[in-house]
Amino acid sequence: MKNRFLAGPYLIWMALFTIIPLVIVLYFALTDSVTGRFTLANIVQMKDYLPIFLRSIWLAAISSVICLILGYPVAWCIAQTGPKTQRFLYMLVMLPMCISFLLRTLAWVAMLEDTGMINTALSYLHIGPLPLIRTNGAVILGMVYNYLPYMIMPLYTVIIKIDPRLVEAAQDLGCDHAQVFGKVTLPLSVPGIVSGITMVFVPAVSTFYISQKLGSSGTTLIGDVIESQFKTAYNPNLGAAMSLVLMILIFICIGLMNRFTGDDDEVMTL
Amino acid sequence: MRKVSKIVTVVIFIFLYLPMIVLAVASFSKGSDIAVFRGFTFGQYKALFDDHVLLPLLLNSIIVALASSLLSTILGTAAAMGIHRMGKRARRLAMGVTNIPLTNPEIVTGVSLALLFAFIGSMLKIKNVLGLVTLLIAHITFNLPYVILSVMPKLRQMDPNLTEAALDLGCTPIQAFFKVVIHEIMPGIISGALMAFTMSLDDFVISYFVYGPTFVTLPVEIYNYTKKPLHPKIYALFTLLFIVILLIMVLMNVLQAKDDKRRLRNAPIRKKVRQ
Repeated sequence: MKNRFLAGPYLIWMALFTIIPLVIVLYFALTDSVTGRFTLANIVQMKDYLPIFLRSIWLAAISSVICLILGYPVAWCIAQTGPKTQRFLYMLVMLPMCISFLLRTLAWVAMLEDTGMINTALSYLHIGPLPLIRTNGAVILGMVYNYLPYMIMPLYTVIIKIDPRLVEAAQDLGCDHAQVFGKVTLPLSVPGIVSGITMVFVPAVSTFYISQKLGSSGTTLIGDVIESQFKTAYNPNLGAAMSLVLMILIFICIGLMNRFTGDDDEVMTL
Repeated sequence: MRKVSKIVTVVIFIFLYLPMIVLAVASFSKGSDIAVFRGFTFGQYKALFDDHVLLPLLLNSIIVALASSLLSTILGTAAAMGIHRMGKRARRLAMGVTNIPLTNPEIVTGVSLALLFAFIGSMLKIKNVLGLVTLLIAHITFNLPYVILSVMPKLRQMDPNLTEAALDLGCTPIQAFFKVVIHEIMPGIISGALMAFTMSLDDFVISYFVYGPTFVTLPVEIYNYTKKPLHPKIYALFTLLFIVILLIMVLMNVLQAKDDKRRLRNAPIRKKVRQ
């Protein structure tokens, strides 16, 4: 049976609409916007944006770590419940992702504003108004809020597969709770941790809406700059160069992360 | 430790649903400021149903989501069948390609497709190349990996003898697919299609780069709105959408539960057949 050829249309589609567009990005990144000649000027210009790159990476990295610290107990807790409760709780984790993230972020704006809900509540206690919005903290909060489910899902998928007999064996051999966690549960959840961090870091480092709404001009991220190159500044060559650098950066990060798991044979935990 | 993580879990769930509560409360407020509640009213819901801008945009979103999830489900299921049969090397390559849209930041996918469409537009000398077709292409492209990744595990779980039995009993490969295989992998197809549908319905970043003025979807319009003050009927719309998506999710859950039960019931019989 020539069943393999069923993948043909798909592969052609992906070549047309995934591979070729990336080649075009490469082409734009390496050509001049006016003359269309080969140039490295767009790439060299990146150094002006180095602080923004570093800030994006820094904020996304902090958000990933916070997501891991908050997400792990949640994933572990869900994995301890019965199968029906598990399915229900898992659904509750996924559900917020289906609602427009624009509006959810806007709801956070309403809460964090200088005249927003939190500051209004605080004013009754004669505190504040606190500078909550337009800070790095607010941007991190937005990232953690929006991408936390992406951390919980892969962690849960991995924790649920841990053989309970391994935990029992560790207990029988005299480990206390902390030791069982440190020596058995945590090492076995590494693939989930890696996949979770990747799934939080990638959208967080490239976001542009969260920083526009919750941040200020001082918290501009690389996504904001790329967006403006295409939508307001009309310099697609510079935008393409930035996209290229961002993409390479992310592939390096993922490559490094996958070293921790070693076996990368089709492990996609969604 | 158990207690601490339980408390954390409860707090996190409240944290995750806090903005939804804010939106739902705002949808019943008389004022237009989301942060201040000015008395209870159904007025926003009434305004929503008399509205002639938002609902057509929602319809646009649904059209794109339905068409793209349907097409990507067909294309993706066929692809999964093909990839399943491939040798190890070819499979690795195909899965590598599948992972590109998943690992690439959405903004890069959006930008790269925008450049492609601009390029095609200038080649064919079409002025406004962006529109429904470009949106559909983009949505199908990012939906495909989700379909493939939810169908593949079902193909792996399936007993390969079933297909062979069907073929031995005189089915053509196509009949074998529609009579046997499709029933075995149906839960994967359905969950892939639903995932594609919801991803597509709510997609903003990629759509934002490939939409044209002739065909705008709801999330893109909300983004354009948020530069101006938002009309509170949008909160009403999303409170309703939340309920709809909740129902879809519950349905998905029930389907999955049924599938698990069926698998449990069938498992011992299959073992006997093999002996």
